[in-house]
Amino acid sequence: MVGLPHYLIVAAIMMCCGVGTILLKRNAIGILLGVELILNAANVNLVAFNRYNANASGNLDGQIFAIFVIVLAAAEAAVALAIFLNFYNNFSTVDVERGDNLKG
Amino acid sequence: MNTTLAILAQNSAGAPDGATALINTALFYVFAAMAVGSAIGVMVSRNIVRTAVCLLMALLGVAGLYLGMHAEFLAAVQLVVYAGGTLVLIIFGVMLTNNSTFQLYRPKRLEVVVGSGLVAMLATVLITAILRSGMADRVVTSGNTYAIQTLGEALLGDYLVPFELISVLLLAVMIGAAYLAKGRRREGEGQ
Amino acid sequence: MPGVGKRTEPPGDASASPWGFRGVQIRQVDTPTLMQRVLFHGEPGSMAGLLWNVALILLVFLPFMSVFAMLAIWGERRVAGRMQCRPGPNRVGPFGLFQSVADGIKLILKEDLIPANADAVLFRLAPYLAFAPVFAAFMALPFAQDFTYEPRVSSGLFWILAILSVEIMGVILAGWASNNKWSIYGAMREACQMVSYEIPLGISIIVAVMAAGTLNMVELGKIQSGGIHTWLICRNPFVFLAFFVYFIASLASNKRAPFDLPESESELVAGFHTEYSGLRFSMFFFAEYAAMFVVGAIQVATFLGGWNDPFGLIGYYHAKWSKEQFDMGLIALNCIGSAIFVLKACGIVLVQMWLRWTLPRPRIDQVLYTCVKVLLPIACILLLGGAIWPLIVPDTVGMPWATYNPWSVADWQKAGATGALITQGLLAILVIAIKGSLIGWVAYAWFTRKTVRPRLSEAEPIAEVV
Repeated sequence: MVGLPHYLIVAAIMMCCGVGTILLKRNAIGILLGVELILNAANVNLVAFNRYNANASGNLDGQIFAIFVIVLAAAEAAVALAIFLNFYNNFSTVDVERGDNLKG
Repeated sequence: MNTTLAILAQNSAGAPDGATALINTALFYVFAAMAVGSAIGVMVSRNIVRTAVCLLMALLGVAGLYLGMHAEFLAAVQLVVYAGGTLVLIIFGVMLTNNSTFQLYRPKRLEVVVGSGLVAMLATVLITAILRSGMADRVVTSGNTYAIQTLGEALLGDYLVPFELISVLLLAVMIGAAYLAKGRRREGEGQ
Repeated sequence: MPGVGKRTEPPGDASASPWGFRGVQIRQVDTPTLMQRVLFHGEPGSMAGLLWNVALILLVFLPFMSVFAMLAIWGERRVAGRMQCRPGPNRVGPFGLFQSVADGIKLILKEDLIPANADAVLFRLAPYLAFAPVFAAFMALPFAQDFTYEPRVSSGLFWILAILSVEIMGVILAGWASNNKWSIYGAMREACQMVSYEIPLGISIIVAVMAAGTLNMVELGKIQSGGIHTWLICRNPFVFLAFFVYFIASLASNKRAPFDLPESESELVAGFHTEYSGLRFSMFFFAEYAAMFVVGAIQVATFLGGWNDPFGLIGYYHAKWSKEQFDMGLIALNCIGSAIFVLKACGIVLVQMWLRWTLPRPRIDQVLYTCVKVLLPIACILLLGGAIWPLIVPDTVGMPWATYNPWSVADWQKAGATGALITQGLLAILVIAIKGSLIGWVAYAWFTRKTVRPRLSEAEPIAEVV
């Protein structure tokens, strides 16, 4: 029987992978992909908590939160990509290690 | 024709069924494996486009998990906004910003060691916490298969203000992204 | 379908603690999910349901799709031939009908090349990623009131659009993995074109959905079952205009000409599938023609009355005979309904082909200009108008059209001659006029055609022609 912990563990592993992606990738767009993974893990949690909620039958707060998160992720991706394009324009690479102009 | 109606009546009775539970469980494991495996692929893969494909598979797996939780509309939103929109945008960005087709950015060895250590620690903490909390007993479902009306009413009722705020945010994002892209072109013309 | 829209409330325990702490056991309700209903045809866990579904997919949907794609490819070449004053393929079988079969055999026998510098895994994956979503979109298409694979998806229309939007990934990956300049150009064009055209496409569908009040494909068909004036395209003027916005946007999102920039053969060799050969190449073709059908079918289901005939006979007799439990009649009605549905969709596919051989191809910036600065504002205005219209003219949503006898004038008067009905009547006349002129046009062209005589056997030597 699938219970709440099953979904939470899947989400936890996905979130760890997202964090790992952010830590291990040097490509700026790869980091963006890691962020998307974390947001997805959070969404799975939200929907799971919504479904396994004792007193809220027919209450869809978690799903609505998840929809908002998806919209925010799309917005975030758009802005981040615009920033990366500018970055690429200035440094001819999207390697985040190269963006160190402000370093003394 | 009449069989369809009979099936409908049977379904709306919502009787707990051994076979139903078994199949739901099996489908959960399939999609969970898809999501987790692809998420690991996202972390491990070096080629950025392969990373994006892994993310696509992870998104499809998560959509399957949503279906398992009776969140059909959310699964469709996941497909149309994430897989069909955001990810395509990201791949578009990859194509615009890569110098050569299969360019790789390798992290330093120290980064890999420290990063994997941190990730392992985080995973241990999270999973232990989940297993130790009493949530294993929570098997209640708010199983609501035809939820799209409820969702719409909630979006335009209780959540009207966040809904409108999101639209303002999207407008701001659109203008901002257009400004950033346009500024880039003007700079290019000046040079 | 009485169960649609009715929600099943689980037997919750009122005395439970709000957060369901450890030890609180409440009765488990495990209802079949959508996925499970799709897999097992509604009966949870029954092997018969699973087998029935597998048989349905293997024996009905897959053959239908492949045969349709083959006939569509043949039809496209014949249409192209006619428009360019040449006979088109006419050697294999009667009228060249088996040309696609012959081509298919050739493609299967061809060597499956993978370029040396290509990303082999993605290169292999891409055709399936392009093909599978289109096939999955058949899941919720309403061929007839009872001939629908999964009629209970409450957001069926949205589901089809969502699944179709995954197809684009296959095209992008194909272009990318080929590691070929032209392919990547094709993929990038596809990416920006499809992402931008999905917005006017979705909005124009929302206009129709607002007039109907449901997203369920079967419900959509039932609402339009009272004759041509109840078809959503005649519901109000805004839906009428949205029909055309949808058609243009669907051409672009399907990468059909004049928006076929991802594979524009005069600039990009063959665009994203330049490097593909053999079976993988043919999968892209199958996906394209099946997507043409699906897009046309969505248009038929949302705007053009689905499986209903223009006189409302199918809806009327369906309601009558299901009350009388006249099963043979219902089955016959469903068969006729599916035939009408497929015919209507094929009509739309024919117009798509017609446009392909008529219009020149715009530049990519012109394509994006058309989307963002022309179609999107128009779609937004239509959305606004479609929302305001029911406030001005009382709408006839929910009128039980199917119970009115289409032959009886008294029943028509009972339906109420409201302003909405007048609008619908006028729009219906407009739609009939457009359709009539199209059919008349084709008939005129047919009767005044110049016959191109295939003279392969008595072809003149080239030297003499020069």
